[in-house]
Amino acid sequence: MLATRRKFLFIVGFLALPALIYVVYVISPYVQAFQIAFTDWHGASQTQNFVGFANFEALFADSTFWHAIGHNAILLVLGPLIVLGLGMFFAFLLTSGGRKGGVGGSKVYRVIIFLPQVLSLVIVAVLFQSVLKTDTGGMINGPLIGLGAQPIGFLTSPDLALWSVLGVLVWQQVGFYVVLFSAAMGNVPLEIYESARLDGANRIQMFFRITLPLLWDTVQTAWVYMGIAAFDVFAIVWVLTVDQGGPDGSTQVLSTEIYRNAFVYSKFGYASAMGVVLFFVILIFAGVVFGLTRRERVEL
Amino acid sequence: MNLDRRTFIRGSALAGLLAVPVVGGCATGGGGGGNTAVTGKVTPDNPLGMAVDTPVKVYIFDGGYGSEYARSVHKPMLEGKHKGAKVDIQVTKEINKVLQPQFAGGTPPDVVDNDGDNKMDEGSLSGDGQLTDLTRLLDAPAWDVPGKKVGDLLDPSAKEFGTYNGKLVEVLYTLNSYGIWYSQKLFRERGWQVPKTWDEFVKLCQTIKGSGMAAYTYAGKYPQYQMEPMLTMAIKTGGLEVMKNIDNLEDGAWKAEPIKQAAAAWQEIGAKYLMEGTAGISHTESQTKQNNGQVAMLPCGSWIENEQKKSIPPGFDYGVLPVPSLTGSDKLPQTAIHSIPIGGFLVPAKAKNPGGGLEYLRAMLSKEGATRYSAMTASMTVVKDAIPEKQSPGLASTVQMHTAAGENAFSWRFEYWYKQLFDAVKSATNELMAGRMTPDAFCDQVQQKADQLKKDPSVKKYHR
Repeated sequence: MLATRRKFLFIVGFLALPALIYVVYVISPYVQAFQIAFTDWHGASQTQNFVGFANFEALFADSTFWHAIGHNAILLVLGPLIVLGLGMFFAFLLTSGGRKGGVGGSKVYRVIIFLPQVLSLVIVAVLFQSVLKTDTGGMINGPLIGLGAQPIGFLTSPDLALWSVLGVLVWQQVGFYVVLFSAAMGNVPLEIYESARLDGANRIQMFFRITLPLLWDTVQTAWVYMGIAAFDVFAIVWVLTVDQGGPDGSTQVLSTEIYRNAFVYSKFGYASAMGVVLFFVILIFAGVVFGLTRRERVEL
Repeated sequence: MNLDRRTFIRGSALAGLLAVPVVGGCATGGGGGGNTAVTGKVTPDNPLGMAVDTPVKVYIFDGGYGSEYARSVHKPMLEGKHKGAKVDIQVTKEINKVLQPQFAGGTPPDVVDNDGDNKMDEGSLSGDGQLTDLTRLLDAPAWDVPGKKVGDLLDPSAKEFGTYNGKLVEVLYTLNSYGIWYSQKLFRERGWQVPKTWDEFVKLCQTIKGSGMAAYTYAGKYPQYQMEPMLTMAIKTGGLEVMKNIDNLEDGAWKAEPIKQAAAAWQEIGAKYLMEGTAGISHTESQTKQNNGQVAMLPCGSWIENEQKKSIPPGFDYGVLPVPSLTGSDKLPQTAIHSIPIGGFLVPAKAKNPGGGLEYLRAMLSKEGATRYSAMTASMTVVKDAIPEKQSPGLASTVQMHTAAGENAFSWRFEYWYKQLFDAVKSATNELMAGRMTPDAFCDQVQQKADQLKKDPSVKKYHR
């Protein structure tokens, strides 16, 4: 009893300061955002007027807001699916794709795949501006134009722009999940695979019957992480896309609209209302993910 | 207390969830607090009551004009005139992010150069009573012209555009004129004539295209660059009424015939003479391509020469032409231009040394301060007749264009008053130029946004 208590105090002692910083700099702004959402604050005055639910009413009648939500939804569904799928696939290849462990050169691949994660999002967006350019300077369109084909308007066509954003997001994110899944796979005892192999299981069976179930917790967490990344995408959209969310609003997402309303239109109250909605949407999303993916846990 | 790894990972996932950025992180500052103003004695030498022992804190926007002019011209002028005075120059590229918390906390500096994409919204600031009325400054004696007041030296547009809610709250310092820019050297060498009418412009585009060079481009990534000549053309065709109706959010303002005509005219350029890849490039890319001889003409403001000074090839010789006249019966003459003072300098109401802030502006608005600024930045200022003797080709061309325009220099306000409407016009402009939207649809879509805005009670309305 005493030992447990001592351990408890020991842990609390370490956590108190970070928790305090967290409360002051993360939690309290949240609470404040809730308060600002009910005011008409313009961002500079020291007082604000309470306006009730006016911001929320205007928000739900705003077609831009619904467009943004729709774009977020697309990223939210496809982003995790593609990233986690690819991440799992690469991680499997790197850890147990070959005869003995990973495929040939897996150490090199590991570095290459993880590299984008080291770059800041803004740098990634700037890089992809050049990659996706529509003139001869574009990495993809340059050769295409050289071959006499029409350039593809990755960022300039409203039908393609959101997919380009998704592509960049996947490229940037996948490395992290490869490492995450590789580490988790490394924790699976080799004996289990050996006995499965003796029982005549092939690689696909081993993946779905052994690896995936044992990794389920990690997948769950990864899903939430990736979902949050898909909700954010601010830096990529703001730096990469034409007209910061264009063309013609085709890549607007909630985070860019929050920024625009607060810092361009000086509608801090309205922007905070958006933030509050975003908060609840993410909360619901996390609940749904944890609820949907709940399974019997396999303890090792 | 068994903290296993998985619980920990899950815990950190939730932490990550809570860390999604939400606006409002900064405190709204509560009630009073902040600066207490210090003032000096008003004397003929110190007409605005600057507190000499308190440093004058100035925030300069580090954009196309840099900040060197503040350090090497205006600061020494003020410190030279008032023994013991100190000017503290701070520089930032993000005026809003840096200054919004200072305003909210009641500790703003004495002068803010409110400029750039991330500037603060003057309408909101003045509506909240955060800005000093600058009438006192205009009535003060001019710095270096005996017998004149500061206000006597200013271009009338400075007063008009710096006024919000009936109060002059901002000194817009740089007088910017828009037009279509080209290389005088290139035009000389190829024997191309500067076009005055739209027909001449289209023919020239044809000639240029035939010579193997792209005729026209703009910053597709920032479509306001193309919105500018298109609206200018519509206003030249239909007269100032077109502009006033837009600014006053009159019903059907955007459906006016001249706007449709201008949209159709520019759409043709978009379809036939636009440089390949225009839709995705930034302003710097478009300007650099012009410097490299890949494209002949582009629309821009007169800051271009200063902005490009590092990449202008020797002898490029920037020249600027007014947006050509669309019809033979245009309401405004061919020389009419869109011209507006930009780069607003303001004194916060809660400044610590408000007299010092005003005195700094008085130094800026002197003949000496303006002429030296003009020479450093290749730009005109709102101070009349303060043009340096030695002018760069772009500045000389701008001065010439501005002088020729005379009374016919105009500017719209909606871009600054109604940012949402501005954004709507911007994105519709790109759709129009890419041929994805007809001129009619362009007018309809923008009109719809204007109507929506007019009905929105949370948006402050202005009238001119």
